[in-house]
Amino acid sequence: MGAGRLRAPMERHGRAAATSASSTREPAPEEPDGRGQEPLRRRANSTSVPAAGTSAEGARRDRHGSCSGGTSVSRQRVESLRKKRPLFPWFGLDIGGTLVKLVYFEPKDITAEEEEEEVESLKSIRKYLTSNVAYGSTGIRDVHLELKDLTLCGRKGNLHFIRFPTHDMPAFIQMGRDKNFSSLHTVFCATGGGAYKFEQDFLTIGELQLCKLDELDCLIKGILYIDSVGFNGRSQCYYFENPADSEKCQKLPFDLKNPYPLLLVNIGSGVSILAVYSKDNYKRVTGTSLGGGTFFGLCCLLTGCTTFEEALEMASRGDSTKVDKLVRDIYGGDYERFGLPGWAVASSFGNMMSKEKREAVSKEDLARATLITITNNIGSIARMCALNENINQVVFVGNFLRINTIAMRLLAYALDYWSKGQLKALFSEHEGYFGAVGALLELLKIP
Amino acid sequence: MQPPLPEVGSQSSAVSGMTETVGAAGWALGGLLSGSAPPVAHTDPSLPQDAGQDHESPYEISVQEEVTARLHFVKFENSYIEACLDFVRDHLVNTETKVIHATGGGAYKFKDLIEQKLGLRVAKEDVMTCLIKGCNFVLKNIPQEAFVYQKDADPEFRFQTNHPHIFPYLLVNIGSGVSIVKVETEDRFEWIGGSSIGGGTFWGLGALLTKTQKFDELLHLASRGQHANVDMLVQDVYGGAHQTLGLSGNLIASSFGKSATTDQEFSPEDMAKSLLHMISNDIGQLACLYARLHGLDRVYFGGFFIRGHPVTMRTITYSISFFSKGEVQALFLRHEGYLGAIGAFLRGAEQDNPDQYSWGENYAGSSGLMSSSPELGPTQGAKSGTFDLLEMDRLERPLVNLPLLLDPASYVPDTVDLTDDALARKYWLSCFEEALDGVVKRAVASQPGSADAAERAEKFRHKYRDKLQTLRHQPFAYGTLTVRSLLDTREHCLNEFNFPDPYSQVKQKENGVALRGFQSVVRALDALGWEERQLALVRGLLAGNVFDWGAKAVSEVLESDPQFGFEEAKKKLEERPWLVDSYDTWLQRLKGPPHKCALIFADNSGVDVILGVFPFVRELLSRGTEVILACNSGPALNDVTYGEALLVAEHIAAMDPVVHSALREERLLLMQTGSSSPCLDLSRLDEGLAVLVRERGTDLVVIEGMGRAVHTNYRAALRCESLKLAVLKNPWLAARLGGRLFSVIFKFEVPAE
Repeated sequence: MGAGRLRAPMERHGRAAATSASSTREPAPEEPDGRGQEPLRRRANSTSVPAAGTSAEGARRDRHGSCSGGTSVSRQRVESLRKKRPLFPWFGLDIGGTLVKLVYFEPKDITAEEEEEEVESLKSIRKYLTSNVAYGSTGIRDVHLELKDLTLCGRKGNLHFIRFPTHDMPAFIQMGRDKNFSSLHTVFCATGGGAYKFEQDFLTIGELQLCKLDELDCLIKGILYIDSVGFNGRSQCYYFENPADSEKCQKLPFDLKNPYPLLLVNIGSGVSILAVYSKDNYKRVTGTSLGGGTFFGLCCLLTGCTTFEEALEMASRGDSTKVDKLVRDIYGGDYERFGLPGWAVASSFGNMMSKEKREAVSKEDLARATLITITNNIGSIARMCALNENINQVVFVGNFLRINTIAMRLLAYALDYWSKGQLKALFSEHEGYFGAVGALLELLKIP
Repeated sequence: MQPPLPEVGSQSSAVSGMTETVGAAGWALGGLLSGSAPPVAHTDPSLPQDAGQDHESPYEISVQEEVTARLHFVKFENSYIEACLDFVRDHLVNTETKVIHATGGGAYKFKDLIEQKLGLRVAKEDVMTCLIKGCNFVLKNIPQEAFVYQKDADPEFRFQTNHPHIFPYLLVNIGSGVSIVKVETEDRFEWIGGSSIGGGTFWGLGALLTKTQKFDELLHLASRGQHANVDMLVQDVYGGAHQTLGLSGNLIASSFGKSATTDQEFSPEDMAKSLLHMISNDIGQLACLYARLHGLDRVYFGGFFIRGHPVTMRTITYSISFFSKGEVQALFLRHEGYLGAIGAFLRGAEQDNPDQYSWGENYAGSSGLMSSSPELGPTQGAKSGTFDLLEMDRLERPLVNLPLLLDPASYVPDTVDLTDDALARKYWLSCFEEALDGVVKRAVASQPGSADAAERAEKFRHKYRDKLQTLRHQPFAYGTLTVRSLLDTREHCLNEFNFPDPYSQVKQKENGVALRGFQSVVRALDALGWEERQLALVRGLLAGNVFDWGAKAVSEVLESDPQFGFEEAKKKLEERPWLVDSYDTWLQRLKGPPHKCALIFADNSGVDVILGVFPFVRELLSRGTEVILACNSGPALNDVTYGEALLVAEHIAAMDPVVHSALREERLLLMQTGSSSPCLDLSRLDEGLAVLVRERGTDLVVIEGMGRAVHTNYRAALRCESLKLAVLKNPWLAARLGGRLFSVIFKFEVPAE
């Protein structure tokens, strides 16, 4: 249900990839008066992934076709690339609706000879990225997520995880121009809606050519890869035991040894829900526009907060039961006729229908209620999809979950409670970066 | 994932009561109110007791005050609760009343007030149980209760014909939260899920964001806003590329995604619109997920979020269609706001087995759909705002499908949908308006001894004219607008002002005249050869059918020329070949074996039934065919009622041995249809009639007259042979069908093997 994918023009190329929704692109219906908006088709199968048996080369060719340009220069470059692994620097970029996620592979096995040959701009990029934890006023490197001593394409190095707001994308492109990235003859593999939105700017301002990639393909490839390499010796995947009990609640590693089938819930600005049956076989089940962007957007309006961190911090101090109407507020206890517990939320923001109660709540209470509302709703939709698809493990990823233990524990609890223990909520340490990792992996495939 | 919950404390309430004071008036809070409706007077023809009576009259007319049980539902805002309770105390509570049944959040909130004001014990009824009971009740008893809503379509409302099997269905009740209930049988339903994001979220969050406090005002704000200023759309994420990618750029990627900034102000309108979309989409998505999981495609929406608000019906409809890819249609209910009150009443009246009766919506006493909606603007007439009414008349016996319908699920009685056909609507509305003077005159003339007849007739005029006026602007007010509904509304309005049978004397006089001519007509027919006689019988049926006070062209002739006779009527008939003419096939059929049993739906009193129908019946009887003659249970225009037909038959039996022995041997049976309409709905017939039709192995159905065979049932498909015949007494309709005034429809149909 929901978000559609490509229509004819793209499919003519047989190339699947390009269009998938970014974790941010969500399929909520538009304004109803939009004429002729037929419901978008369901994607029966990932069109971007070659069916089993299709040669990898075919896939590569397809993939390559999504790269813009096609000038003689680029052909030359491709030919030079064909000889060995791609030239450094190795980036993977995921340009979402709210955040840009950048992964950077820092080679640690650089020989003296290589160091000698390394052009100045390349060196400066490496030094700049690896010696800082913040870039400009908004860019941040998630140092704690850094993956050490990875081997990629025969090179050893560390993988760095960097994010900055999408609205700073023009500055990023400008920086690329200033630092003369184009002279490096590299290819930027990018996914997310922004890969399309900013493609022209990359080309005209930064003289950089993007290789645009399907974001759902990248997401799944990224997750499978990152799960396979672990987290510096620890498990990548985890779950919560006793999520509702703040004393007994424990975050425990989960071995995703039987990953399929898997319901993947990617919560970015909006939410995409995928059913994954194998490495190459997945479909987008549905999505919702009530996602991280909704939480943060509403918090800004309701509390005047300015950052996601601030919104979460407020939420952690608030009491949503002052804002929400609970079952017990209406029935004095459980509603036994329907088996509803008294603590359950009957109406999100339901108490705010009353003027007195509106005047009695704090900004923290409102932030908390917003968080609970959005999170419960995602859990509810995910649970219904899991039931409809007959899948019982659900992995929640996306930057909405970053430093958001409240949401994760609530998802864990809600899924367990309403499914009577049938569904398990799983999480992953690199929650928001899988698309970018997937894009990087695609870069390495380019010969 | 949150428990949804049944709607609580919405802003309006409804109350119900019953005219006949039943021990417990059912209420849903909110509310209640039963007005005592005037008892419906019923004329009851009977054989003259005194031989000294007027020789012209075959029977005398006596007016009986007959109390018809009627349910009254009133919907009003909770702020009127005290006034309502005062009314109830003064008019409805008697010494036998001990308990009042109430449901809804207000049943808790106002419990003390109710008990103190009325001195009654409040029996609180479970909200959802009442809601489901009410929903089942309206789906069973009100044809065209459910509709789909399409904002930019014409008509916006598409009513669904009643499905004979209403189960299973999904009810999505959007109160402050959302409850999703699967209803499988009358008594079995299950809460299968819900959501906490509902009407309370729209209202509460909307009030916080916009400083607008009232629900209606928030909706009004939303209807003026641009959500794209607040929502992050696909095109915001993808830039212009969405077009080349074949994506719809207007899809919402992230609700409120653009408001994540401090350096911009957002207008209340835009935020309200964004909120409305967010909530409607979310509910639609969940409803689709539940419908799919449970394999259901009938999904009804109700609750205060929906209640009469085109804005929310529109967004929910869109969302359902989007998320189900068009496989599920959002259905709404005309009387959605009354479900809880109806259910509470039914709970309270359980010992009276309300389910054993059928009920009919009284158009005179019920407000039309959207009649009090504030959103319709000035063209929709005065805002009758705070009070909204529904009246349901109890019919003494259950109504069921004619067992001979080919496919009850797809049967639509009406031939022309006036909601759909603007030209036809315009014509018929004017036609009924122009005929109003004559109806008023007739009504006054029918009660010469009554001092206030003229006054009541004027009140009738205003009421019916108001209804017509409403229907001009809101053709959807009472379901699909049809000639039948216009006729029925007029009958209901006449009844409302105590003119239950304005044609009683006309019918009496015409029956008297026709009875005197019966023997000579029969003698003339008997003198004819077989083949000639068959045509003469059919021409007699058709000529009799010219005598129709319902048709303006004819009633003028009848009014000015009372001697207008049977023979003259025959002269007016179109010569063969008729406009629709399958007479030759019919004649061939008559040469074959006789029918086992014929069901005949009679039309007018007087010449029609006595000189047209009875000779035809007599011929069938002589062939060895049993006959069930079905007549209206109650009066409508000059149509012959069951009571009148019994008397007429007795008179004929006294003159004619064929009819006499057939009546005695029960080869000729007079039955009532259960209807008081000039038209005929074959899906709502008296159960006794249906049983008899089945028992006797009926293999021929004869439907006579414009109201029953043209305005309705012209396209009705039956499982047995059928004869539909009528004379077109309306020039406009005749022209539409390609004929002229007094063109003849003679449609003999044999079902495919």
